[in-house]
Amino acid sequence: MADALLDVRGLSRRFAAVDALKAVDFSVVAGEVHALIGPNGAGKTTFIHHVSGALRPDSGSVHFAGQDVTGLSMHERVRAGMARSYQITNVFPSLCARDNVALAVQGRADTGSSFRFWRPVAAETALFAEAESWLAQVGLADKADAVAGSLSHGEQRALELAMALATKPQLLLLDEPMAGTGPEESARMVELIENLARHVTILLVEHDMEAVFRLADRISVLVNGRMICTGTPDEVRSDPGVRRAYLGDHL
Amino acid sequence: MAFYRPARWQRPLALGLFAALVALPFVLEAFDQSFYIGFATRLLIFALAASSLNLVLGYGGMVSLGHAAFFGIGAYVAAICQQAGINEALFAFPAAMAVAGLFALAVGAVSLRTRGVYFIMITLAFAQMVYYLFISARAWGGDDGLPLAGRMTLAGFSLAGDRPLFFASLTALTVAMLLFGRLAQARFGRTLQAIRENETRMEALGYPVFRYRLVAFALGGAVAGLAGALLANLTGLASPNLLQWMQSGTLLVMVIIGGVGSLWGGVVGAAVLLGLEEALAGLTEHWHIVLGLLLLGVVLFAPRGVAALFGRRDG
Repeated sequence: MADALLDVRGLSRRFAAVDALKAVDFSVVAGEVHALIGPNGAGKTTFIHHVSGALRPDSGSVHFAGQDVTGLSMHERVRAGMARSYQITNVFPSLCARDNVALAVQGRADTGSSFRFWRPVAAETALFAEAESWLAQVGLADKADAVAGSLSHGEQRALELAMALATKPQLLLLDEPMAGTGPEESARMVELIENLARHVTILLVEHDMEAVFRLADRISVLVNGRMICTGTPDEVRSDPGVRRAYLGDHL
Repeated sequence: MAFYRPARWQRPLALGLFAALVALPFVLEAFDQSFYIGFATRLLIFALAASSLNLVLGYGGMVSLGHAAFFGIGAYVAAICQQAGINEALFAFPAAMAVAGLFALAVGAVSLRTRGVYFIMITLAFAQMVYYLFISARAWGGDDGLPLAGRMTLAGFSLAGDRPLFFASLTALTVAMLLFGRLAQARFGRTLQAIRENETRMEALGYPVFRYRLVAFALGGAVAGLAGALLANLTGLASPNLLQWMQSGTLLVMVIIGGVGSLWGGVVGAAVLLGLEEALAGLTEHWHIVLGLLLLGVVLFAPRGVAALFGRRDG
């Protein structure tokens, strides 16, 4: 696709005797929310790891914003504009929320090198002011001073999102942002992602089908390492192959 | 482990300690105990070496069992400089730091690609390699080590006698502690500690994790090299024993007793260990038993080290 922000071609990966990913073609168009769904063990997280750079494919390529990033490491891809959140909450529990996000701001190339050995970070007020604005975006403005470990699960997920946003990504990879959250927190997270989608392209991996069908512009379905279908929510819902894979499931 | 934040009492205590140390040689001389100036110098030097390991281990989370290599290389560089006719510490000490630091850079570039027990083993292997290199190098004294003909000069002033080397060591330790204290709160130290806490997350925030670890590892090596050069001046010998894995173990024990990742851990650990040795070695040759019990006690009851017992507990 010409205007694809993320373009994955023929991505394959074997683990021992298991074909985790089989010649996967996949693309995300700038501006869309693209959901990736599939039964447990389909290879969704493995796929995300290959997109984010945590794992390298046996064959195939990953292009991002017109650049071949297949050989780039994770931090290089982040610097190129691809941020991810984790399935399992992944924040710095002993730091306050503001400090967590400030670390993300500090990691960006445009905020300067972090090979600075003398000036205390605490004196860099710009970092923390910006961190607070990201916290406000995810609804954590009043939790800036709270130690991250003391936040509720939903708040930690939101904090994680703020950290990903603070890297100023073009593409946000969200790996099960709703995982482990209660219905109320889920609803808030859906609202949050809806708001974010106005500014940033999102690749969403999620089990919560209600959320997926509400948020996604397009949906791709991964089953046993193969991308069996990509289309609008309605197309996917009526696809016979998808129905077979999800037999008895929520569709 | 928590991120470093200076305790409120730190500045006054550090200034008080510094003042006491400045006065120490004069007090000891007045009481005719100048023997202890040498002991205090040794303590300062080991505090420096242990603190440099604490940068690597405590802030960086890298369990290196090869730190003695950089310490010993520093000692040898000083001795070799003198052998080559360069007796000026203003050249020899920076040279010791540079050689040890560059070697640490090379060791780190290889070993930091591994994790956990592999990292421990590969740093140990590198250190043993250096050890065997030096004991087989006849030109540098082999097994016997390379003796110094006398103490070097610093900016033309001789380091001979108790006081000059004591003050040189005190200066080195003070500057290093100042740097480590600042560094821990600066961008670099925050980054390093965050990497220790959660490497993957930092990678996912766009940090080139490997590079930060490597710089910390090399900086730790360079400072250990300086400590080695000072020790060679104190003892008058660059001994291969300084390079041995036992020495790496001793530095590790100092850091663990003092407090892994607390700014004063290396200093406190060196003081406790050398103090115990000094106090007990005269009484019984089995003083290592006491040391063993102490280590056990620290690990069981004060896992963050003796220094942390006085510190704040939040992060």
